[in-house]
Amino acid sequence: MDYQTLSPRDLRAEVELLYADYAETLNDEAFEAWPAFFTERAFYQITSRENHERGLPIGLMRCESRGMIEDRVVAIRQTAVYGPRSIRRLVSGLRLHGWSENAPGEPPTLKATASYLAVETLPDELTRVFNAGKYIDQLQVEAGTLRFASRLCVYDTLLIPNTLVYPL
Amino acid sequence: MNAPETIPPQPRPSSALGSASSSPDRAWPAAGLARIPYWAYTDPAVYAREQERIFCGRSWNYVCLAAEVPNPGDYKRTFIGDKPVVVTREADGSLHCFENRCAHRGVQFCQKHLGNTKEFICPYHQWTYNLKGDLIGVPFMRGVKQQGGMPADFKRENHGLRTLLVAERNGVVFASFAEGMEPLADYIGPALLPLYDRVFDGRELEVLGYQRQLIPANWKLMFENIKDPYHATLLHVFLVSFGLFRADQPSAVRMDATGRHGALISWRANAPAAAEAEVKDIRSMTQLKLIDPTLLQPEREYPEFTVVMTTLWPNIIVQQQSNTLAMRHLITRGPEAFELAWTYFGYKGEPAELRAKRLRQANLMGPSGFVSMDDSEVMKFSQDSIRAYPQYEGVMEMGGRDWKDEPHMVTEGVIRGFYDYYRKTMDL
Repeated sequence: MDYQTLSPRDLRAEVELLYADYAETLNDEAFEAWPAFFTERAFYQITSRENHERGLPIGLMRCESRGMIEDRVVAIRQTAVYGPRSIRRLVSGLRLHGWSENAPGEPPTLKATASYLAVETLPDELTRVFNAGKYIDQLQVEAGTLRFASRLCVYDTLLIPNTLVYPL
Repeated sequence: MNAPETIPPQPRPSSALGSASSSPDRAWPAAGLARIPYWAYTDPAVYAREQERIFCGRSWNYVCLAAEVPNPGDYKRTFIGDKPVVVTREADGSLHCFENRCAHRGVQFCQKHLGNTKEFICPYHQWTYNLKGDLIGVPFMRGVKQQGGMPADFKRENHGLRTLLVAERNGVVFASFAEGMEPLADYIGPALLPLYDRVFDGRELEVLGYQRQLIPANWKLMFENIKDPYHATLLHVFLVSFGLFRADQPSAVRMDATGRHGALISWRANAPAAAEAEVKDIRSMTQLKLIDPTLLQPEREYPEFTVVMTTLWPNIIVQQQSNTLAMRHLITRGPEAFELAWTYFGYKGEPAELRAKRLRQANLMGPSGFVSMDDSEVMKFSQDSIRAYPQYEGVMEMGGRDWKDEPHMVTEGVIRGFYDYYRKTMDL
């Protein structure tokens, strides 16, 4: 599919589908399928609004390649010690900001933003708001499909309730 | 009902911090430092006494890095225990710290984490303070049209903000509610000062970012965790799986003369000077392999040790884990919760390659850290059952029942040192 020639309505439908697939994959804890949403050289980071607005580079998870995203999955599955939980991500307010050309040989980038809300359920506690923020995304076509070349999860929730184990 | 003609004299607190609320009716177990009673983690009266005697007592508390308030007028809003305070830099470059509590009606007048200002104006009645905490303005102090106003003997200089002592050493700022504190270097003590100075060696620091988490556990469990090398190779599967740490690795624990400060130290065996050789060494021990190995390619920055985790009484952990440098600031939120505020930093003007390593290795730390995540979860697991069974005691006998420096990590001695000083301070 040539995404750049799609009508705004059709392109929006494609991106909405991508976001729904992404959220469903994580909500269902199908973490092994998560890296495939990213380009090989993708950048993924969860960071607070205070860091983002000050231009401070530290975040909660920082992946500088799809390989690092895969390593994050290995850690979640095999090495991290944590209690059982469910995290459900709700995404809304998708907005597309248009394509921009990149250096020769680099595919063009579609900028998109959306709000997200993640709620957490722990075994002995009521479901609570866990993290709220904004996705700031750069999408590229790789292997014929739209993927995240960059996904920043910028959260308003300054205080993380204990741990953030699963990605957003 | 008629208002009384005169106001009876109000009882005055004997000191600014005095409180009658903190008299825990508790007796420490007869086994001494080999046992920690669970009520120490839950009792509100114990917590109240901790605020009074520890955080507001004779201690130097971490408040910020000087790099967070580099310019005149810069301020940082922070906490000592659960007490809100503000740190400011005056026009002459000096640092000041005072309570974030308007002397008039108690309003927390500073609401932003960081900023720059000429003065602080309380929004309620616009009482105005300068950067040293002096009261410089009271609206309608002499009344309006000869009516109202403060009594004739009201003096602004008697109503400034409660100020704290401030000390700085190589870019780290501490404050104290107590009077006549010993110099910071003496407080840290000769055993730990060299470990402090190896990270804070006078180079200018640069803040790389913040992380904040609310951990549903008593604050002392955090100190115990960082003073406990016993768990490192057992809880942290990541460290072992990727060959970053083993129980037979050369290591040591060190404390100051009082036991209140401690350091966990480790280094790689036959530590090669070159970063490349260090990486090879890691890989040879690896059971799991990283798909992107750039995450774990440390560079040797300091002589001798590769990891030094220092706990300074009563509220700060200095983290030097390979190339990740961070202040972990404990802010108490009642007996059963604390905020852990992480401030990551590097050195101004350092090579981009080293900076990139700091950012990548930060994946091991914080609320999502491959290593630190385990600690936060386990602290919650502890608090959840400690709360339910206050009559029990924790067992603290690994490495003996006393405390002393050791050339190994199979010990809980640093925790016993902490509680030795804690018990004296708390009279428990």
